[in-house]
Amino acid sequence: MLKKRIIPCLDIKDGRTVKGINFVDIKDAGDPIELAKKYVEQGADELVFLDITATVEKRKTLLKLVSQIAKEINIPFTVGGGINSVQDVANLIQAGADKVSLNSSIVKTPSLITEIANEFGSQCIVAAIDTNFIGNEWKVFTHGGRTETSLKTIEWAKKLENLGAGEILLTSITSDGTKAGFSLQITNEVAKNINIPVIASGGAGEMKHFNTVFEKTEATGALAASIFHFGEITIPDLKNYLIEQQIPIRK
Amino acid sequence: MIAIIKYNAGNIQSVQNALNRLGVESVITDDKTTILNADKVIFPGVGEASSAMNYLKQRELDKVIRSIKQPFLGICLGLQLMCKYSEEGNTDCLGIFDTKVKLFPPKLKVPHIGWNNFKTSEGNLFKGIESSEDFYFVHSYYAELCEETIAVTDYINPISAALQKNNFYATQFHPEKSASVGEKLLKTFIEL
Repeated sequence: MLKKRIIPCLDIKDGRTVKGINFVDIKDAGDPIELAKKYVEQGADELVFLDITATVEKRKTLLKLVSQIAKEINIPFTVGGGINSVQDVANLIQAGADKVSLNSSIVKTPSLITEIANEFGSQCIVAAIDTNFIGNEWKVFTHGGRTETSLKTIEWAKKLENLGAGEILLTSITSDGTKAGFSLQITNEVAKNINIPVIASGGAGEMKHFNTVFEKTEATGALAASIFHFGEITIPDLKNYLIEQQIPIRK
Repeated sequence: MIAIIKYNAGNIQSVQNALNRLGVESVITDDKTTILNADKVIFPGVGEASSAMNYLKQRELDKVIRSIKQPFLGICLGLQLMCKYSEEGNTDCLGIFDTKVKLFPPKLKVPHIGWNNFKTSEGNLFKGIESSEDFYFVHSYYAELCEETIAVTDYINPISAALQKNNFYATQFHPEKSASVGEKLLKTFIEL
């Protein structure tokens, strides 16, 4: 049986992890590789590295980091943040990223998805949607949730599938940071309306939130950052709990 | 020395990274002599069947692959290209395995992405691996069950998770991305 995926997300700036992590046995909480290895050891099913570096020059640091991650990590990983062209994708894939995540750039240039799919295949494209409930409907936001667009979330997800995305990473801005649980309704609406996998993101605060998102929606993965980073929930505890709740999970 | 066949498919470096982690020497090559003289050969890949087949034929690597006598491991697209035909791009493939590659019907999410286990597995490639253990899959096409199927995974339909005919082995999943269980399988292949 296909397992539901638990996916920690690491924010990277200038080649270092941004949010501190309090694992006792990690010497350098800023070292993305050490943290990534720790997550793999704990049973993470995939990893996402989100680069929040602003400058073009520093992107070279990211490529170097990606190639180190690829050498050290034996599970699939996605790299996102600031990807604007087929060449950006080529560089990351060549460095060893399994998948790339795109957000603002595909809102600006939707055809980019198709170009990437033709070159590298749909399986490497995680189309990220940041969504917020505004004026009685779910709309798409870009630039880290700061910029509202005219796009409606479900329509946009359908379009991304048609353009050639392999997966959707759906982050609810409404829930993000609240620790009150994933936004179930929009997650399920999106997942029901498309045939590619949906990863739910934003709002995880307790173990039961993961149970709920897998029980009440068709999401096949769930992503979280701070609750794992700060050790509020450990991956082994979460996985054991979900197995007890009869959710299909990799041991 | 292990030869990793170089062609127009992604994910090739990942295989070499995995072998490096196991301390095994390998070379990524499309040179016939190097491939034919290697101890083992790995044929990895993520990509599209028809363009990959064209690339192999142009370089006569299709003939080289069929003539290999050493242990040979195809991964993902590699497995699919070792079958006789793929619906992807309506492609005649290498014909090592007597089965067809079909597109998943849209009954569940496609691609089949993530960790999945087996219903059954047999043969030396799965030595020490329980059917409850999960490997990482990512694919939209699958090989139908046949005589040479050595592991069956359920996703929409029963699919060939692994195949074997004589020295030719193949896995639909990615052992190089399947954490410690994947390393175990690669190590078994290396020690064949």
